[in-house]
Amino acid sequence: MINPAAPAATATAPERRRLGGAKARRLAETLSIRSGAVLTALLIFGVFVAIAGANPLEVFYEMYRGSFGSSFSFQNTLLRAAPLMLTALCTALPAKLGLIIIGGEGAAVVGGLAAAVTGLGLRGTSPWLVLTGMLLAGFAVGGLWIGLAGWLRVYRGVNETISSLLLTYIAIALLNHLVEGPLRDATSLNKPSTAHIGIDNMLHNIPGLDVHWGLVYGVVACVVAYVVMDVSVFGFGSSMVGGNVRAAQLSGLPVRAMTVIACLLGGGAAGVAGMVEVAAVHGKANASLVTGYGYTGILVAFLARNNPLAIIPVATLLGGIGASSGLLQRVFNLPDATVSVFQGILFIVILAGETLYGRFAIFQECAAPPATKPAVGNSSTPSQAVT
Amino acid sequence: METAAAAQALGLWGVPLGVAAGAVRVSTPFLFVSLGECVTEKSGRVNLGLEGTLVMGAMSAYATSYWTGSPWLGVLVAGLTGALLGGLHASLCAMPRVNDIAVGIALMLFGVGLAFFLGKPFIKPIAPHLPAIPFGNWSSISQVRSALQVNVLFLVGLVLAPAAAFMLARTRWGLVLRTVGESADSARAMGYDVNRVRLVSTMAGGFLAGVGGSFLSLFYPGSWNEGLSSGQGLMAVALVIFARWDPVRCLWASLLFGAASALGPALQSVGVTKGYYLFNAAPYVVTLAIMIATSSAKRRLPGQPAELTVAR
Repeated sequence: MINPAAPAATATAPERRRLGGAKARRLAETLSIRSGAVLTALLIFGVFVAIAGANPLEVFYEMYRGSFGSSFSFQNTLLRAAPLMLTALCTALPAKLGLIIIGGEGAAVVGGLAAAVTGLGLRGTSPWLVLTGMLLAGFAVGGLWIGLAGWLRVYRGVNETISSLLLTYIAIALLNHLVEGPLRDATSLNKPSTAHIGIDNMLHNIPGLDVHWGLVYGVVACVVAYVVMDVSVFGFGSSMVGGNVRAAQLSGLPVRAMTVIACLLGGGAAGVAGMVEVAAVHGKANASLVTGYGYTGILVAFLARNNPLAIIPVATLLGGIGASSGLLQRVFNLPDATVSVFQGILFIVILAGETLYGRFAIFQECAAPPATKPAVGNSSTPSQAVT
Repeated sequence: METAAAAQALGLWGVPLGVAAGAVRVSTPFLFVSLGECVTEKSGRVNLGLEGTLVMGAMSAYATSYWTGSPWLGVLVAGLTGALLGGLHASLCAMPRVNDIAVGIALMLFGVGLAFFLGKPFIKPIAPHLPAIPFGNWSSISQVRSALQVNVLFLVGLVLAPAAAFMLARTRWGLVLRTVGESADSARAMGYDVNRVRLVSTMAGGFLAGVGGSFLSLFYPGSWNEGLSSGQGLMAVALVIFARWDPVRCLWASLLFGAASALGPALQSVGVTKGYYLFNAAPYVVTLAIMIATSSAKRRLPGQPAELTVAR
């Protein structure tokens, strides 16, 4: 903040004049470093596809065409963005308290499974009841799944990154066991599945669009998460825990409970992603629930610096990259993993870009030397040491 | 057909035999990745990207073996690929304010994606495999014979574990490595380049993980496909915590994990198919149970390098 009490000092040192307020500067810094990272990643990816024998400029054009170029492809993008918003919250919410959760995929799987079971149980009642029940079941079971990882973290000291990923593999095994065995619908021959929840009970499209209501779920979840994590008292406390856990404990915050709650909320969001997959896309639970959205969601959360509002556009961007995958395969005969490679490059470049924060004088406070600017978000080494 | 007859001859004894044989067979990638991670973590850095390294190692080994006809060259290339990825991890983490766990996750996704991209043409072709030493020719039961087909890489791992323990505990190199892992500031004060030591240890860890990957594609399961690894690389990281950063204990832990992974197939081979998919989850459940049992929220674990962030 420019000190208003010393206007003369500012005036005599014109090179110290800075744009806007502290908040605006920080936003500008984040935006420029992030977009620089995206451009760098595109550049590296361009070299990569050039080596693979495709013209990078044509690849970029097709990626644009396949994601945002037409209303058809844009709706496809939005369809993919919806679950990404929800799974990204699974990483973003606990990250505010310094936890690195990467098990969104597993939470989505068990959430979808629970939603399917609930939907089947409520079949025959009204569609509203079915969908509400599925939503609650998906949220609850997904929340408990990641809540378990958080609980183990604070009460047993089990590393949450590893445990949440192990829980993902356990979730997939559980899904396979149930759809191959107890829950299997006898008519599903080639692809073992549960029974269908009924066409009438499925989540419909938003009027006038070819996009289902899952998108609204995603956007609403992000806005709610923003209010909880960035406006409410709980969110303020969470930032304290993530910033300095000792200080948070000394000021009397229930650190353990807050950590578990954040994990419950994040896991719940990912569980809803699974519910949307069941209720809007498949109508039943089967191996298609293992979509990979959980892993891309980690990238979305990191890219958005764990800001729930920033997750909305970032998820749309990455949904677009996913949507262009098919076109890349058809036009250039590139493998379907091309998109994963780009996402990997993007992830690495984004993380490497963390080192640039505080390095550019133009974004800094007048008085503060560049190195003292506090880190915001996930990038700084989490000082988490819950005891 | 022959196996089925033997399974009948053995009866339920086929289960412990299958588990024991599986422990030896399945444990090798665990062993190599956990030894690599152990060396890396002793220097105070966590490489969660070894899952990606494992898959890249498997792919590059298979491709090399297919092109050159020499599986051993494949093992070498897998190791070098792993070292390269390890070097990338180390140099990214050497930059200020870059988090090693996050970079590990990124490299995990990148490595797996890249391996699927580059490995697409190698899903169909058959590449020469690594040889196994038949220790069981004395037996007339085919199951016993096949169980005692021990791969050379497992034997290499058997030697490597105590060798790594010796290196860490008794050599000058090991001392420097542990110093860097215990207190980077002290190491710096003594004139050691912390980032260089970590670069070397992460590259060495990556090399071992890559070799572990070559076992997957060149011996067991013995082909390259996209479902080859399902979290072995990450489980190995958990295993290092369980093994208390001790290479020899990594060996025992790997055998235990191998046995857990082999339980499902062993039961299936004697006709118990119920809950097959649940038994597939056994290694993950065992890992998680072990982590819960051995972690503590109150104190640092014995043997844990002080600079480490993974078990903070």
